[in-house]
Amino acid sequence: MSTVKDWVRTRFAMISAILVLLYLFVPVAYTFVFSFNDYRKSNIVWNSAAGPTLKHWKDPCGAPGVCDALLTSIQIGAIATVVATVLGTMLAFALVRHRFRGRATSNVLIFIPMATPEIVLGASLLTIFVQGFSRFGLRLGFWTIVIAHIMFCISFVVVTVKARLQSLDPRLEEAGQDLYAGPGGTFWRVTFPLVLPGIVGAAMLAFSLSFDDFIITNFVSGDETTFPKFVYVSYLRGIPAQANVIGFSMFVIAVALVVAGQTIGNARRK
Amino acid sequence: MTAGVAHVAGAGPDLPDPVPSAGRTRSLTAYLLLLPGALWLIVFFVVPLAQLFTVSLQSGFPGYPGYYYRDVNFGTYASALTEFAGHFGRSLLYAGLATLFAFVLAYPLAYAMAFRAGRWRNFMMICVIAPFFTSFILRTIAWRQILADNGPVADTLTFLHLLPGGRITETWMAVVAGLTYNFLPFMVLPIYASLERADARVIEAGGDLYANGFTTFRTVTLPMSMPGVIAGTLLTFIPAAGDYVNAELLGSDRSTKMVGNVIESQFFKVLGGFPTAAALSFTLMAIILAMVFLYIRRFGTEELL
Amino acid sequence: MGLFSGAQGKAARGFREAQGDLHIDGVTKVFTDFTAVDDLTLDVPRGSFFALLGPSGCGKTTTLRMVAGLEQPTSGRILIGDTDLTGSRPYERPVNTVFQSYALFPHLTVRDNVAFGPKRRGESDALRLADEALELVEMTRFAGRKPGQLSGGQQQRVAVARALVNRPEVLLLDEPLGALDLKLRRQMQVELKGIQTEVGLTFIHVTHDQEEAMTMADTVAVMNLGRVEQMGHPEVLYDLPRTTFVANFLGQSNLGNGRVVDTDGDDLVVEVAGTTARIPKARSTVSSGAVTFGVRPEKVRISDERPRDAGNDVRATVVDVSFTGVATQYLVTVPSGSTWMVYEQNLDVERNHLRPGDEVWLEWSSGHAFGVATDDDAAASGTAAAAPDDADAPDDTDAPDDADAPGDPTARPAASVDAP
Repeated sequence: MSTVKDWVRTRFAMISAILVLLYLFVPVAYTFVFSFNDYRKSNIVWNSAAGPTLKHWKDPCGAPGVCDALLTSIQIGAIATVVATVLGTMLAFALVRHRFRGRATSNVLIFIPMATPEIVLGASLLTIFVQGFSRFGLRLGFWTIVIAHIMFCISFVVVTVKARLQSLDPRLEEAGQDLYAGPGGTFWRVTFPLVLPGIVGAAMLAFSLSFDDFIITNFVSGDETTFPKFVYVSYLRGIPAQANVIGFSMFVIAVALVVAGQTIGNARRK
Repeated sequence: MTAGVAHVAGAGPDLPDPVPSAGRTRSLTAYLLLLPGALWLIVFFVVPLAQLFTVSLQSGFPGYPGYYYRDVNFGTYASALTEFAGHFGRSLLYAGLATLFAFVLAYPLAYAMAFRAGRWRNFMMICVIAPFFTSFILRTIAWRQILADNGPVADTLTFLHLLPGGRITETWMAVVAGLTYNFLPFMVLPIYASLERADARVIEAGGDLYANGFTTFRTVTLPMSMPGVIAGTLLTFIPAAGDYVNAELLGSDRSTKMVGNVIESQFFKVLGGFPTAAALSFTLMAIILAMVFLYIRRFGTEELL
Repeated sequence: MGLFSGAQGKAARGFREAQGDLHIDGVTKVFTDFTAVDDLTLDVPRGSFFALLGPSGCGKTTTLRMVAGLEQPTSGRILIGDTDLTGSRPYERPVNTVFQSYALFPHLTVRDNVAFGPKRRGESDALRLADEALELVEMTRFAGRKPGQLSGGQQQRVAVARALVNRPEVLLLDEPLGALDLKLRRQMQVELKGIQTEVGLTFIHVTHDQEEAMTMADTVAVMNLGRVEQMGHPEVLYDLPRTTFVANFLGQSNLGNGRVVDTDGDDLVVEVAGTTARIPKARSTVSSGAVTFGVRPEKVRISDERPRDAGNDVRATVVDVSFTGVATQYLVTVPSGSTWMVYEQNLDVERNHLRPGDEVWLEWSSGHAFGVATDDDAAASGTAAAAPDDADAPDDTDAPDDADAPGDPTARPAASVDAP
């Protein structure tokens, strides 16, 4: 009896960890299973009469609008990621490597957007787009989504790159200078390659934040439809199983990219 | 070494700089690096917030719903807060519960990843992040179906007499469960990060000193992971308090709506609702910021900054 | 010697060619609230192995960083030969550094690490130079690895190769052996000395390990509080310290505050530790008044009978006896109340019969005594302390950070300073 108790006690953390991980995957599994549902009207109840079907996988763009929404999300994600990563990385370098007037204020300016609920960000952007910036010809749509996504991604990029930069041993850059690399040479041959993993991580984070954002997007998108918005809007009519196909594929692609990235990283270290 | 670091990093004002002009160009570099990002945040974060504030003070033209004029009318705050006090209460309550549940679920997971996982650590990390790549809306809708009336979870709980109402969806339980699920990784990752930095040997030493596992946890492990716990609770509580998707998809029409639902519907569904929505948004933000700063001051961490 | 056979490529922009002795000329470095280096003047002859020795916070690392160009002096000049390097950047100086904890680039292979300097200087055959340098430190086998896959000792060799490959006029070593275990440190000391002899470059070695400094260097400068206390050949420094700080930091000393009462030919007569002792005039920095008398523990003989040629002797009580194999170490109390230390080599086979509580006589030859100015601060603050035994490896290897640690945090078990 006591051995069973001990067995559980020593493995308590690991057992609960596995249970929590399973819990995280429950809705993913549901999404996956229902991508094979041969439903009639809406993809809510499993149609056991028809059995599983591959037809949604064979024609992922079969539902009207789903692939347009996906494409829009990818485009917005790509643009927002590039801009936010560049701006955020620059900010991180300024904050870690320089002492200047207004540094504390800048830190607060970067922190507050992360501590602001998305709905407030969305609401404030909507009011300014509708009541202020429309004067300059800005209409709700693709570009207002891009602008909003860049805004909320910047802070996350700064935090990620900053952490990497702060953990960099200053002696490495001194060694670069000591070995005849000037300021530019030291930056491009020592600092940048060492901070790059942090920048890549920040870019991946920015893309996933942008790609999955619904609340802010819903406020500033006007008639434009991103993938999360497509799913949300079509929920009332019934979500097409193609959305499940795409949602699950994104999961697979992301996992594959992360695994590939780690494998390459490990191979390089060897 | 601080002085040495600062030197490489660019001369600080507190250091005598050997080359006088270098200090100036370096601080120019700093501003050039800073400018684009800071400008973006000012134009698309600070200015919109200011605009939102002025909107919250606007008054509607009587008899012309949807038309406003500039005003300094705090009446909107008073009426909005009286009318939607219940929604505020629910937002804070649900977010608080979700944060608590997320903490209870996240801690063992983070702990196992940091100290027990060994070579499975990276794999577990991927498992924590991976579900995120299936759209948040899709996963929330999936939960709705899983928790649905006559679904497996509801049936089991009813069978065990643990579900007096007979249903989960359209109750507060589903909303809190959805919030807990959606923001769980935001709790796991910071706690894991701070545990990973902690020295496992210190925790083992704690285990030697206190025979009781819970005492070790309370006196050694938890304090060491405090920065992560603080970051995690903030990262969970803030988005949960402002969320409306979970309440919309998992909750009922009336009794589980949160303040986010009100803001959304005042903006999109109520003619002339802009000032009310703005006042609610602003109040929500003020409450959350006040809580965040009190919280950070209480536990003394600047890790987030 | 194949190592430096490659033609030197075009120098980097702003690079200053310089040859000759290193001159540090009246250099002062002030950080915000304290003076790290205080009007330091040093001349290091070309091709010598020079050690800067001192406790944490004595200014040795700051001095090194100023020579490297990583810090600029507040005042004073740094020259190599006739070329003034003051104000030039690290990449403009013919000086390279072996950093503490090595600072190898983790994203580059060992070969690319070593080739980094030659490439930046535009050497056409940088990789060949790198391979030659790796051969010199016997690391050829590891050329394709990343630094993270090497042991501490291997990383240390790569760091040396990476600096040496540039054929600097001066090579700086910043506590390069601090992270290694004792056995490996001994081995690397010998190897580094060998490499220096082979390549004939000027080496400046910063360390807080007195034994390391004495083993390797031709000249040792003992630094304290931003100044050089004493400089010279290790044997001379050890035999004849000129300050209480040096007497205690370099090896161990039995010190006692006394007074010059008379002179007798070439000797000073000193009253100290409850007895009268002699110090040759040439071996004392003071000739009258207060003096701190000192004698090394291994120069003192211990016996239970009064020596016949009385003079330099004192009665004492044994407090502790510890047998260490080659020698036996005694702690004894002298009449003034302070504790002295005596090392006696174990030449006899019979067992030592002295036990704690025994009354004994200590005796030494007057030629081994030395006199230094009485340093009230040192006596009061307890800085007069034995240097660390090598066996307890320096535990502050991560933080011998001159800039942050003013004063002397290396308070070690005090040997003996008589209260006057």
